[in-house]
Amino acid sequence: MSPQELQVQQKREVEKQQESTVPARTFMPTTDIYETESALTVVLEMPGVDKSNVDISVEAGILTIEGRLDFSKYQDMQPVYTEYNIGHYRRSFSLSSKIDQSKIGAEMADGVLTITLAKAEEAKPRRIRVG
Amino acid sequence: MYHPLDALFDLQRALDARLDSDWLRGTTAGTGAFPPINVFQQGDGLVAIFEVPGINRTDLEIQAKDNAIRITGKRAITYPEGVSVHRRERRTGSFDRTLTVPMQIDANGIRAEYRDGVLALFIPRAESDKPRTIRIN
Repeated sequence: MSPQELQVQQKREVEKQQESTVPARTFMPTTDIYETESALTVVLEMPGVDKSNVDISVEAGILTIEGRLDFSKYQDMQPVYTEYNIGHYRRSFSLSSKIDQSKIGAEMADGVLTITLAKAEEAKPRRIRVG
Repeated sequence: MYHPLDALFDLQRALDARLDSDWLRGTTAGTGAFPPINVFQQGDGLVAIFEVPGINRTDLEIQAKDNAIRITGKRAITYPEGVSVHRRERRTGSFDRTLTVPMQIDANGIRAEYRDGVLALFIPRAESDKPRTIRIN
């Protein structure tokens, strides 16, 4: 593969189902999702979010990820030139297969959250032989 | 009452107000080049902040010469073998970007911090560039 140049991906704002009471904007993390026979892996980019500020929930087949940005370090800084905005992150996905709630793994490195959702036994694919 | 979320909104508006401002005077290629840059004033110096999620610190290289700061690096994403990919939004590749600031800086005094996919460069202003107070005798 030839080396390719990285381009900026514009941050997408979360489209709200309800209007929130506070005006601050929330962004959608850039996400990769892939599946193996036993698990579903969701990888989300949330630059600036510490692992202690991440919430992951699975409820009624919806996976929701929230990341809160600590913006206190910006307190004594005045912007002079900007190319991107910052804010908290949120994104939800509806899960197509049943997940074993007791086996959700998450790790964070360099602002990237990797969630591994183990599939419930009944959701694992069965090989079907042609008789 | 002071609300931290109002503080975030204020910060977001302040960042929007400076979107592609002419402060860099065209010396730095603008939006579109990776990584995106925000530049702040902090005291006498500058802070340049870059979002580079998923990039290992060993894959980042920073060089400074005169008032130009060059950031190069690459992002590799590997998938385990035999997976089926449902969604692929993250991109891989290399980057090489130079930020040229419109003031004399102390290139030797630049401090870099990398945390949670965010690179912050603390850039001190050169002593010779700092304003002097002139007394009237």
